[in-house]
Amino acid sequence: MTRKTMELEILRYRPEKEERPTFETYEIPFKEEWVVLDAINYIKDNIDGSLSYRWSCRMGVCGSCGMMLNGIPKLSCAVFLRDYYPDKVRVEPLTGFPIQRDLVIVMDDFIHKLKEIKPWIIRDEGQEQSLEEGEYLQSPAELAAFKQYSMCINCMLCYAACPVYAIDNSFVGPAAIALAQRYNLDSRDHGRELRQDVIASNEGVWECTFVGECSEVCPKDVDPAGAIQRGKVSGTIDYFKDVLMPWGG
Amino acid sequence: MPVHDVVIVGGGGAGLRAAIAVAEENPDLSVAIVSKVFPMRSHTVAAEGGAAAVIKDNDSLEDHFRDTISGSDWLADQDAVEEFVREAPSEMIQLEHWGCPWSREPDGKVAVRPFGGMKIERTWFAADKTGFHMLHTLYQTSLKYDNVTPYDEWFVTNILVENGRCQGVTALELRTGKTEVIAAKAVIICTGGAGRIFPFTTNGAIKTGDGMALAYRAGVGLKDMEFVQYHPTGLPGTGILITEAARGEGGILVNKEGYRYLEDYDLGKPLDVTHPDHPVKKSMELGPRDRLSQAFIKEVEKGRTFIDELGHYVHLDVRHLGQKKIDKKIPFVRELASKYAGIDPVYHPIPVRPVVHYCMGGIDTDKEGATTLPGLFAAGEAACVSINGANRLGSNSLTELLVFGARSGRGAAKFAIEHPDLDMSSLEKQALDEQSRITKNFICKQKGSERIANLRQEMTQSMESGAGIYRSESSLKETCNKLAELRDRFSNILIEDRSLTFNTELTSALELDFMIEVARSLAHSALERRESRGSHQRTDHVNRDDQNFLKHSLALQTEEGPKIGYKEVVITSWPPEERVYGR
Amino acid sequence: MKPYVREYPNTWWLSRRPYFLFMVREFTAVFVAAYCVFLIYFVYKLSQGPDAYYGVIELLRSPLSIILHIIAFIFAIYHSITWFNLTPKIFILRFGEEQVPPFLISGANFIAWVVVSAIVAWIILVV
Repeated sequence: MTRKTMELEILRYRPEKEERPTFETYEIPFKEEWVVLDAINYIKDNIDGSLSYRWSCRMGVCGSCGMMLNGIPKLSCAVFLRDYYPDKVRVEPLTGFPIQRDLVIVMDDFIHKLKEIKPWIIRDEGQEQSLEEGEYLQSPAELAAFKQYSMCINCMLCYAACPVYAIDNSFVGPAAIALAQRYNLDSRDHGRELRQDVIASNEGVWECTFVGECSEVCPKDVDPAGAIQRGKVSGTIDYFKDVLMPWGG
Repeated sequence: MPVHDVVIVGGGGAGLRAAIAVAEENPDLSVAIVSKVFPMRSHTVAAEGGAAAVIKDNDSLEDHFRDTISGSDWLADQDAVEEFVREAPSEMIQLEHWGCPWSREPDGKVAVRPFGGMKIERTWFAADKTGFHMLHTLYQTSLKYDNVTPYDEWFVTNILVENGRCQGVTALELRTGKTEVIAAKAVIICTGGAGRIFPFTTNGAIKTGDGMALAYRAGVGLKDMEFVQYHPTGLPGTGILITEAARGEGGILVNKEGYRYLEDYDLGKPLDVTHPDHPVKKSMELGPRDRLSQAFIKEVEKGRTFIDELGHYVHLDVRHLGQKKIDKKIPFVRELASKYAGIDPVYHPIPVRPVVHYCMGGIDTDKEGATTLPGLFAAGEAACVSINGANRLGSNSLTELLVFGARSGRGAAKFAIEHPDLDMSSLEKQALDEQSRITKNFICKQKGSERIANLRQEMTQSMESGAGIYRSESSLKETCNKLAELRDRFSNILIEDRSLTFNTELTSALELDFMIEVARSLAHSALERRESRGSHQRTDHVNRDDQNFLKHSLALQTEEGPKIGYKEVVITSWPPEERVYGR
Repeated sequence: MKPYVREYPNTWWLSRRPYFLFMVREFTAVFVAAYCVFLIYFVYKLSQGPDAYYGVIELLRSPLSIILHIIAFIFAIYHSITWFNLTPKIFILRFGEEQVPPFLISGANFIAWVVVSAIVAWIILVV
């Protein structure tokens, strides 16, 4: 029996050696049960130890291994070779980010944005409950109201799918806005107004043109596009409230 | 040279909890979190089922204590467990206040579910992504403290000891390839376990025991390393974890004859899945993990397991729970089984087998997380306090990282305030030495013929065959010899990548170096423990031997390899008894 | 070492089908907007008396105008459909823990659309 093989075409960038990234093709054994990440690990272990990329949990929850596979952002641990076989797979670092090296992108920008949207519970003055008083009560329905937006694993696929971010990366972007909504919609939180400076700004929800691909590529069904549009609606309501009821409503 | 009051190595659950504890203890203290990955990639993220803490009226601290002690086969320190169960509830409420989306009862209170080895249900959960939600809650909360400085993607290569105390670390910045000193008045190691020394593990690629090896090399003992938990239900092939919550919610284990084989292993009698009392706590599928994993091996020997190209397996059947309950309580199980095993658990049983999951052992610490090296602390899976003894109770680890993460944070903060002086010039010198060691031995290493991947594979295979679920004198000796051979061969590794930018061949080599160290301490500790207790089962010494081995083993590094000593177990109120489940 | 920044080509919207469809959706909005402008113009003419009004009516009868109207009509329909399909993303309705299924939300929009259109048609054609 001849062993089945297939090819991966991987974008390499070795900053000390080359001016710009180039593609390199690797032949790997085809295995029915392999995900794309397994094949990349095979290359690192057996063919070229210098190939650089991030990975860890290989079960779709740590968010490290996002890559462009044939031009579409995917978690490489969650896509099987068999979905492409026998065709060649083109592997590139996530679009919209600078390339540090090979498949490793620079994600400082996101880390910075994450902090900007204040992703922590903010209580009104005097509303903090002590530990002795126990948990804040929250009904299953109140939990369900924000749960979806709390599922984001920060894998950056949504940013890689967003043409707006690629063109202008001052855009706060899908994952960060969805996370802001996650806290805004949490019944325990009172911090929405503090987050509006960033969320309702020109770089916030209004930068989004609703391409919608962020939600399509999201591996955890967070639906950031929905979160952003809801942000636009509530921002608009805020505006009209301000205009119609300047004394505060 | 950056100087901080407290440097935390590792940005998982324990590290983040420790950082917040320091930051809250004193806003003037500066804290650094040095992590080889962005903190939200840490493996806490993959914990699924939940975290134990007494909160319901029908439960008691005494029950949590007793479940933990009998789960540990009496090897846990009882004074530590007492404080652990006492502080667990407020730590969990604290996390709730920080926003963790715990699943709820209709009245808005936190919901709990049963886990293996528990008399009463006490596992808090966020569906079946508890670790994920805890980690992200901690990470996001940590962002609000301006005195916490992240060093994301910095790989710690060495602990700096000067003047008899720990004064910082050297770390390699992955993007620049530079090795720098990060000086600190206290250091906390929170780097998690070392599951990757085995070939088949639920652990992510990053869990290479770095912190354990760092402390070990700095002269600190590794405690109870021989105790490795096999989780009974991982997916064959990948080792992906299928949470114990699947059984807590009522899932059953059956062999190829459709028989609930656990009843043959002194774990109680099965109740029909339609019986209102199913699943019975501390019985059958809700027995402790060590016993369930051992039962699997016996089933393999009896020829009653399924077998295919991915090896032996049994079935975890949750079909009777129905789609609605599966989607609500264990949706991630459905996602993982569908994606990685190609079966939908609503309609088909899930193939599972035991898989290396957790290191009970780790850096020897006291209840405040302090090690024997002044200024060095440890918490989480990297540490061994010990509350887990010879077998950790499911859902105690997430709670442990909160309780002892916070404690070590407070302990380190106090130590830092009391020891403000640093020997800066000697630290600078140590940094230069470390930089040249890494350059010479790795980045600019000439010659060398051993592929990293090959050495790693030989190590993991040897661990599995010699130090797996069942071990013996001869199997362990073979493994010890093999590891010594690998230690020698490591100096001849082949490194082709000369780049200073995100050189993952370099980090793989450093990780392998750490793993061999940890593996050796484990194999030698196992060799010396001539009894069977909890997860450590010796085919040549099949009984527990309290006379000789009711004590912690302590591995210390020497020129000739690990030297194994012992340390007393603290018994406060419950002397050793027979471990009873299901009767 | 300096990270490499890739340029993002202006033809990005041709690279993948979903991007292309997005551009089509955006493009059709131009026609909807243009028709709104025309309606305002029409009302303005109406306010200037019968002569101006009939002038526009005459203009509307030209073949070019009819073709443009047909194109605008098709695009308006396409744009309405894509828009209604997106409404469930924006309008999330919950009853307790359960979310109202998206198809019911977009379905309600389509039904309302048909009903309103029917009423308008009835007013124009019958009344």
